[in-house]
Amino acid sequence: MREGEPLIEWEWIARNTDQIIARLVQHVGLTLIAVVFGLAISFVLALIVYRRRSLYPPLAGFAATLYTIPSIALFAILTPITGFGSIVTAEIALVSYTLLILLRNIVAGLDSVPADVREAAAAMGYSPWQQLWRVELPLALPLIIAGVRVATVTTVGLVTVAAVIGQGGLGQLILTGLRTFFATPIYVGAFLSLALALVADVALVQLQRALTPWALRRTHDYAADALAAAPGASL
Amino acid sequence: MNEIIAWLGDSAHWSGSDGVPIRLLEHLQLSGASVLVALAIALPLGAYIGHSGRLTLLAVTIANVGRAMPTLALLVIFLPFILRAGLGLGFWPTFVPLVLLGIPPILVNAYVGVREVDADVREAARGLGMSGAQVLGRVELPLALPAIFAGLRTAAVQVIATATLGALVASGGLGRYIIDGIALHENARMVVGAILVAVLALSADAVLAFVERRAERRTEAPPAAVARSAGLPAR
Repeated sequence: MREGEPLIEWEWIARNTDQIIARLVQHVGLTLIAVVFGLAISFVLALIVYRRRSLYPPLAGFAATLYTIPSIALFAILTPITGFGSIVTAEIALVSYTLLILLRNIVAGLDSVPADVREAAAAMGYSPWQQLWRVELPLALPLIIAGVRVATVTTVGLVTVAAVIGQGGLGQLILTGLRTFFATPIYVGAFLSLALALVADVALVQLQRALTPWALRRTHDYAADALAAAPGASL
Repeated sequence: MNEIIAWLGDSAHWSGSDGVPIRLLEHLQLSGASVLVALAIALPLGAYIGHSGRLTLLAVTIANVGRAMPTLALLVIFLPFILRAGLGLGFWPTFVPLVLLGIPPILVNAYVGVREVDADVREAARGLGMSGAQVLGRVELPLALPAIFAGLRTAAVQVIATATLGALVASGGLGRYIIDGIALHENARMVVGAILVAVLALSADAVLAFVERRAERRTEAPPAAVARSAGLPAR
């Protein structure tokens, strides 16, 4: 951004490899914590919905409201309560954003189990609990993992915003670049967070294929892909 | 809490170029302009892709990259080019990324909305002697309207949220309170900004959800002539 500055100064990258790796590791950590806690909470909520269907609209509505609040606003509202630069501040917001996608997909996954499969399991003497764990959840896995994919990719992006409140992994590199008007850390941070999102997505697709080898491969539906990529699209 | 009420009660915060009304107006102008330009680009493109079945891979790629790209990264990667082009800080470095951010959800929903139009209805329209453009304009687009509004809603909420981050590149809008509040260690300013942004995003979402539902009700039935010849009940 200075006159005559090359777009990327490779030398800066070579000198700061340690810092870049540390930020990348922090980014992965923040994302993992958010998705794991989000999944645990959503799972409990989905089980509650499983038992009491009437609670689904209010729970999903609450999660949708959280999802609509801009991340930077939620970070800023939490900061006076849980502290600036605290991992708790960042994670409360990050976990909140995973709930809508995960809850919706777990419930949709459980709903997708055919009625005759449930009946067959019941007829074989499975208790409702066994039926859930041994039949319904495995069959719901493709949709659950699809939700985890969207939640993970979204979280990787949101983590960068947490840089504004003193967390943020790779977002810190972007912010440093902005403050010093130096393009290289901006591009390094942006490129690595995009790459991280794509790698996580591909890894989760592989995980799903490994876990549910029975899931039939349908003819490829591009429109379904596109919709899955726009989580707010079909609320 | 008292600090926040005191901040809101101070009349100095309600007038002048850093007053709440001006900041709110800036935020609305920036977001509104970005969404309109994104709509002007994405709607024709998405409708064309859905209608013709061409370039579907492009639509899916745009959707996927759009989802994986962290908003903070999107906001800053064009900054060096915009500064080199002599456009300066403030409006342009925020406007350009916001337009790009608004495109994927609108494009994907327009594409899927048009593509999902019942094949019988499309055939019937052709049978009535409509040209390709007429089928698109009089049948497919009206039927895709709810999906298009859903995309517009997602885009608007995302743009309003990310316009806040524009304060990092010296843009106006409500983000100024959050970013300046953090920089000045003024919690009240930061929290007020955050609450205003959250309320704005939730209100925009609610208003567009209302419009979306209206569109859904109005386009429930395909145009009567087409419906009749397709053997659907005409309303």
